[in-house]
Amino acid sequence: MKNPLKIIKGRYLTMGVPYLWLLMFFALPFAIVLKLSFSSAAIAIPPYEATFSYADEMLNIALNFGNYLLLLQDSMYYMAYLTSLKMAFVATLGCLILGFPMAYAIARAPARLQTVLLLLVMLPSWTSFLIRIYAWMGILSNNGLINNALMWLGVISEPIQMLNTNFAVYIGIIYAYLPFMILPLYATLVKLDLSLIEAASDLGSRSINTFWKITLPLSMGGVVAGSMLVFIPAVGEFVIPELLGGPDSLMIGKVLWQEFFNNRDWPVASSLAIVMLALLIIPITLFHRYQSRNMENDV
Amino acid sequence: MKKLSFSKVMLWFGLLFLYAPMFILVIYSFNESKLVTVWSGFSPKWYGELFKDTQILEAVWTSLRIAFYSATMAVIIGTMAAFVMTRFRRSWAKLTLSNMITAPLVMPEVITGLSLLLLFVEMADLLGWPAERGMLTVWIAHSTFCAAYVAVVVSSRLRELDLSIEEAAMDLGATRLKTFFLITVPMISPALIAGWFLSFSLSLDDLVIASFASGPGSTTLPMVVFSSVRLGVSPKINALATIIILSVSLVAFLSWYLARRAEKKSKEAME
Repeated sequence: MKNPLKIIKGRYLTMGVPYLWLLMFFALPFAIVLKLSFSSAAIAIPPYEATFSYADEMLNIALNFGNYLLLLQDSMYYMAYLTSLKMAFVATLGCLILGFPMAYAIARAPARLQTVLLLLVMLPSWTSFLIRIYAWMGILSNNGLINNALMWLGVISEPIQMLNTNFAVYIGIIYAYLPFMILPLYATLVKLDLSLIEAASDLGSRSINTFWKITLPLSMGGVVAGSMLVFIPAVGEFVIPELLGGPDSLMIGKVLWQEFFNNRDWPVASSLAIVMLALLIIPITLFHRYQSRNMENDV
Repeated sequence: MKKLSFSKVMLWFGLLFLYAPMFILVIYSFNESKLVTVWSGFSPKWYGELFKDTQILEAVWTSLRIAFYSATMAVIIGTMAAFVMTRFRRSWAKLTLSNMITAPLVMPEVITGLSLLLLFVEMADLLGWPAERGMLTVWIAHSTFCAAYVAVVVSSRLRELDLSIEEAAMDLGATRLKTFFLITVPMISPALIAGWFLSFSLSLDDLVIASFASGPGSTTLPMVVFSSVRLGVSPKINALATIIILSVSLVAFLSWYLARRAEKKSKEAME
């Protein structure tokens, strides 16, 4: 006979271990960021003032909205958010335009070739992210490969400034995140019923028309998932604007990093994180809905 | 037919776009000149320089150890979470767990890193533990975000499994735990291995979260590479990049080859 108590214990354990771990190291940290965003910076270790203090048998709560006011007043922060959203949006669009036909071609390739092509697409993302961004520094710089080639060909006489511009950041984001766009697109496109497309073309639909009316609407789940997988991390990207961007590619991830590491203003860094999260909550929810539909299997 | 050829052209263009920069990195790692962009002759000397750099070598060792432990922990947590998500009845607890486990997949790294660092600082303040940030705190941080990837990989495999095999084992008197280790684990082992390797490479590669969570004495490889790359291109980094690219390609090719051979064998066995 199975011991019912044992089964229940096992269930709680299976649930409890990941639950407690995530509560401790994922949920609780966010509560602390929220708390700290209402604190003020101080020259101390750790460099902020306590929000909750207990003195004379009284619990004192000191909330400081100054950090949020600062974000509103100083146009630098405001611009950084706008620039991040704009650049992430354009780069996501770039990934989609390049990634969709690629995913489509892979999904229509012979079955054996599909695995090889997917492997080829994914392989770069398993090598170092940092090193792949670094590769573009050598290609785009003023005495880099592209400028040298163009000058040798006589197309230009002066090098074009490409490194440390927004253009380089776009290239970097598209390059780094392209595989994450292709994978979910492939997953939906490979399940697409080909007979629908054939039916459309049999009935005289032009291929462009078929694409807009049949292929794209039916692969919307993959489009949304892929776009969110690119857009959300790109908004908070630090490495790419730091290495490839210039003074005008002021992205919020970089600003947060500087506030934290260079200015040691932890409360402002925290409020920057909270506002970023608030801006991203809609895309995150969209992605989550797609992901949990794929993962969950209610018994 | 016309659109198919367009998508094929884009596929080749995209693959060229993905691979050309990496090939250029590899080629220039054999450049004799210190200027990475000017070719002045073939020389393997930068590899020699690389292996003399004790700072890089120490960072490699630190990173490898952290990646090993993080991947192992991530597989344990991620598999448990995947099991809850695919085999447990809908409940409030399951809903919150599934919300928490996939969130790190899309969370901007600066936010995850900042929040974990603040947690460690508060904990040190209140509990006196962890007294110092180092390998342990990076391990916790990496295990948490890698578990999300493991959960995705493992849950997709768990969903495909034929439940009747597990049910048969339990009908024949095996306990739930025994069934899990003797029936479920062998059947999901490809996903467990894939999840482990994915976590290993993610941990090895992470710069932002490690920068927040680490302390003195636990400088990881990406942190060393980043501080060097910030100052500009250097042929030593090209040599390091070449070694990374070649070893990842080798592992990927081997796993693909072994998977194909196993598939062929099972097909032959079926016939």
